[in-house]
Amino acid sequence: MDNDSSTPTAAGPVPAKQHIRKMPVNWWLKKPAYLRYMVREITCLFVGGYAMFLLMLAARLDKPEAFETLLASPLAIGLQWVALPFAIYHSVTWFNLTPKVLVIWRGEDKLPGFLIAGAHYAGWLAVSAGLVYFAMSGGTDG
Amino acid sequence: MATTDTQSSTKTMKLEVFRFLPDEGEPPSFQVYEVPYRDDWVVLDALNYIKDEIDGTLSYRWSCRMGVCGSCGMMVNGEPKLTCSAFLRDYYPQQIKVEPLSYFPVIRDLIINMDHFIDKMGEVKTWLIPAEDKPIEDGEYLQTPAQLAKYKQFTMCINCMLCYSACPVFGQNPDFIGPAAIALGQRYNLDSRDGGADERADVLFSDEGIWECTFVGECSEVCPKNVDPAGAIQMAKVTATNDWFKSFLMPGGRKKSGGNK
Repeated sequence: MDNDSSTPTAAGPVPAKQHIRKMPVNWWLKKPAYLRYMVREITCLFVGGYAMFLLMLAARLDKPEAFETLLASPLAIGLQWVALPFAIYHSVTWFNLTPKVLVIWRGEDKLPGFLIAGAHYAGWLAVSAGLVYFAMSGGTDG
Repeated sequence: MATTDTQSSTKTMKLEVFRFLPDEGEPPSFQVYEVPYRDDWVVLDALNYIKDEIDGTLSYRWSCRMGVCGSCGMMVNGEPKLTCSAFLRDYYPQQIKVEPLSYFPVIRDLIINMDHFIDKMGEVKTWLIPAEDKPIEDGEYLQTPAQLAKYKQFTMCINCMLCYSACPVFGQNPDFIGPAAIALGQRYNLDSRDGGADERADVLFSDEGIWECTFVGECSEVCPKNVDPAGAIQMAKVTATNDWFKSFLMPGGRKKSGGNK
């Protein structure tokens, strides 16, 4: 159907005028769920920022002094403190959504969502624990 | 006014209703109506009361009054709802704002133009395309309960379009195929009797299909039938990604879509 044409009929011209509503720019403030979504999307900037920081560290792997200077700089420490809560929010929100993406069927039943999300949390915990162990043992070895 | 002499009829409630009369040539406005409050009334009952007793010019769609037909979807206080299932008692004594479903063009008052949505279902081919043609004499296409379970949830869709009005992606891009049409595409792609996944892939797996979705997830929250279109779209993304990898890894592997049935 055309938006702007007037189609003549037996009863006379019928204005096919439609009203198009514009999406308000602040649509994401209209509902808490939309705001949570926007925050989830924006966390990627901080996750990306932290990835850049890791790359900068990696580029200094062969220069221990420069590596330590960057690691200890107030800017880097500040970045990590800011990025941490955003990264956690990012991980938690995405892990909670995994049951919708990963559907495993056992006959006529779906594997319950908490098991799928739980497996992701368990994996996260295991990797984190492994990293902490690696960092700790690496530290004592010198 | 109607003769409503029951106890509850002394209480009233206000409805602020979106009005757009294209013939009048005036911009849309809101009109406030005062209706009797009854705790067993839904918003649709209040609209019917307005139409019958106060203002016969008010236009809206409705049919079954029991959450089956999917005609009476409107924005109730900014939330997409089936007005036949939105009880006044959940809002009383506050005023209720009733608007046409978000993001769709308005034809008149609370009536939206759904042509585009119907077209999208045609593009996705939301019908059964038999995997194998067999004559009627050979009997029915059999299916196990486990095969039925894989798509049954998506058959519950009543095309009410609430999911579209909850989707900011659709709000930004009206060409987005959208939650219901994609969920219905999945409904047939996951059906063991269906062989049309390849025919649907071009539309379903296009930039305006599943990849336009950024997983806001509100489509599933507002769905009155628990269809979970957001889940359907994410599952389709996994299928499309797997197919893409397989098309590289499999020697001479042709593009095959539809996932495991």
